[in-house]
Amino acid sequence: MGKFIIPFGIFMLLGVFLFIGLHRDPSLVPSPLIGKPAPQFSLPSLQDPSYAISSQELQGRTWVLNVWGTWCGGCRQEHETLVAIAKQNAVPLIGLDWKDDDAAAQEWLRTLGNPYSAVAVDHEGRTAIDWGVYGAPETFLIGPDGKVIYKHIAPMTFEVWNKEFLPRIEAAKGKQTS
Amino acid sequence: MRILRTLVAVLALALAGNALAIDTEPAFSDPALQTRYENITHELRCLVCQNETIADSNASLAGDLRRQVREMIAAGKSDEDIRQFMLARYGDFVLYKPRLSSLNFLLWAAPVLLLLLGAVAAFVFIRRRVAEADIATETDNAGQEAGKP
Repeated sequence: MGKFIIPFGIFMLLGVFLFIGLHRDPSLVPSPLIGKPAPQFSLPSLQDPSYAISSQELQGRTWVLNVWGTWCGGCRQEHETLVAIAKQNAVPLIGLDWKDDDAAAQEWLRTLGNPYSAVAVDHEGRTAIDWGVYGAPETFLIGPDGKVIYKHIAPMTFEVWNKEFLPRIEAAKGKQTS
Repeated sequence: MRILRTLVAVLALALAGNALAIDTEPAFSDPALQTRYENITHELRCLVCQNETIADSNASLAGDLRRQVREMIAAGKSDEDIRQFMLARYGDFVLYKPRLSSLNFLLWAAPVLLLLLGAVAAFVFIRRRVAEADIATETDNAGQEAGKP
């Protein structure tokens, strides 16, 4: 009997690892930006292309960057959630309109509501590359020190917002006032 | 003759894939730069489609990343600069050939560690068997000697 204890233990350990593996999404790529300074950008505003939206203006504040596009199905899915979140007024929500058509994007915000404090337009996708974006929608949380605190890939949900974003926003704001 | 014809047809079909070019940008005029460009785009993973390199993928992001590589090569950046640029933004996963890091050290070391573990186990096992066999032959010999008239 004692002979089988070691192989059985190894088998159980392997089972535990495989079981954990079942519940992980292999398409999620962890961002190397977490804890690092957020990439800077200065891009034209969607509403008024003569006006530039610069990440530097947000220095010292806790803010959220949401990468979207009208071509992106998941963005349509999360839009109502974003509109509701924006009403909480917890943090400024900055949109990054990624490789999109300006007219379509303006129309989208007119008909579906605009949750964004400002929308920066990234036609060429260069800022998106700097942020390591690979699939919209992606949502970043940036702290008052200008560092990326958290990244959520996939449509935003209230569950994710309440569980992952709000506590981190509270913590970041605590640092901001002190 | 028919066999030859079939062979030619098979070969032509096998090569036809190359005609479906993904990368529609003009090549570098310097063949050395073009070779570097091709090598590095075959090393980088397209993160949207995951099982394709950015050279093989027609995803829009892959096109943007190819443009990035092209511009960095044209600007005189080294291959290592380009790799570091991608790593800083997309993490280890962007490299098709993962590099050794503190996180995946165990994965790299595992074959050697398991081999060593196996060697130790085999050594112990064999030693024990040999020792048992020696005792057995000794007792056998002793028995035979005792049985001698």
